[in-house]
Amino acid sequence: MEGEPTLRRTPLYDAHRAAGGRMVAFAGWLLPVQYTGITEEHQAVRTHAGLFDVSHMGEIRIDGPQALSAVQRLITNDAARLTVGSGLYSPMCLPSGGIVDDLTVFRVDEQVYLLVVNAATCAKDLAWIREHAGTAAVRDVSEEVALLALQGPRAEAVLADASGHRFDRLLAFHMAFDVPLAGVRTTVSRTGYTGEDGFEIACAWEEALRVWAALLEAGRPHGVVPAGLGARDTLRLEAGFMLYGQDIDETTSPLEARLGWTVKFDKGDFIGREALVRQRAEGPKRRLVGFDVADRTIPRHGCAIWSGARRIGEVTSGTFAPTLRRPIGMGYVSVETAAAGTRIEIDVRGKRAQAQVVRLPFYQRARSGAAR
Amino acid sequence: MYPDDRRYTREHEWAKREDGRVRIGVTAFAAERLSDVVFIELPKVGTEVRAAEPFGVVESVKAASDLYAPVSGRVVDVNQALIDNPELINQDPYGAAWMIVIEPTAGADWDQLLDADAYARLVGSEAE
Repeated sequence: MEGEPTLRRTPLYDAHRAAGGRMVAFAGWLLPVQYTGITEEHQAVRTHAGLFDVSHMGEIRIDGPQALSAVQRLITNDAARLTVGSGLYSPMCLPSGGIVDDLTVFRVDEQVYLLVVNAATCAKDLAWIREHAGTAAVRDVSEEVALLALQGPRAEAVLADASGHRFDRLLAFHMAFDVPLAGVRTTVSRTGYTGEDGFEIACAWEEALRVWAALLEAGRPHGVVPAGLGARDTLRLEAGFMLYGQDIDETTSPLEARLGWTVKFDKGDFIGREALVRQRAEGPKRRLVGFDVADRTIPRHGCAIWSGARRIGEVTSGTFAPTLRRPIGMGYVSVETAAAGTRIEIDVRGKRAQAQVVRLPFYQRARSGAAR
Repeated sequence: MYPDDRRYTREHEWAKREDGRVRIGVTAFAAERLSDVVFIELPKVGTEVRAAEPFGVVESVKAASDLYAPVSGRVVDVNQALIDNPELINQDPYGAAWMIVIEPTAGADWDQLLDADAYARLVGSEAE
């Protein structure tokens, strides 16, 4: 319910309300699930661009001479290859190989790393990181840093118009520092979680409204709209990206979740390595797969997955995909039934819907130029 | 604000009496809340429905919502046009987007339902 004192507000709360945002509780924050409609906002991101408030996400700074070795111990991907101004995506694992969180880590200075983590897990992550960071300094800067995501094929042009800078040579997972937007100094990275080209823009918490307004203003001739959590979820699912707490958690490993590419066994020791080496040798017993449903039944989180008389898993995410105009879902199934083309059944409200395992992602943008 | 030729449930369905039968749909308030409706599941003709129990499902992009029968009875007509065009629900919730017609069982509890004023008050308090 609205107005509960425990729910936090981003610096853009009033702007969301004024723009007709339908505010909902999400990971302890009040955020817009939609403004005009999920489908409309989703399509705007695919065809033009959308602007998201992701200020609820956590930012944790690790710095000092031991920063790199702390980061390397905490994540499965290899941060040693990061130059200043670049970043990568990685799970952070328990000794069991289960995932504590998935995050993006940027090297923002020689000895400074910034971890962008999920809002729902930020406090847990912070405690875990502090416990394992050794002598490196760990600081939660979540409430100092506001974060906006400008996503879609027109994002580059909008950002160029709004800042007077060019971004055609900014590579995916790279940052541009000191980008002026409405007189505010921002840091821009070519990242996102929608399956489109796009940018994430960080600025001081109290200056977020000016940046938000400037991007919407510059975006108007490009067809940019504010977009909510609902579209963010359908976009990431079409793109085959995981949502922490739903598709991955402390009971699932990166190898089961098709995140093997983020586990760099050769980089040296890291938390979870031993368990993951074992799992790799034995082969995971289940795997996260994507599937299409034959009729218009929409699979939802928690629906059982069947292969004949055998229950083989559970749906972790499902929706009606606005770009593809059909229901899609992801879930864990036993490895024997994980190959593309395998016929499975989803129990939706007591009825078996016919489905088929497909290759992920469901949606892939036509690639051009520099970005991901 | 809400048509006074029919009654309402607390779950935002409307029920309209027509020659002893009852036509059922959802209110404009529900339609607005549901937005992005992509799929509607309705019972087949002949199905028995019971008051206050689910008779169908409306799926939006985000979530599935149950539809609750205002009164008990047997389904005698189903709106196939709505199944084919779920977006009707936002365009004409009180007309073209009717869902089912039922033959109510004897002594069906019509008086349990809210009139337009009571429903408007309910919505007013929910919208706060």
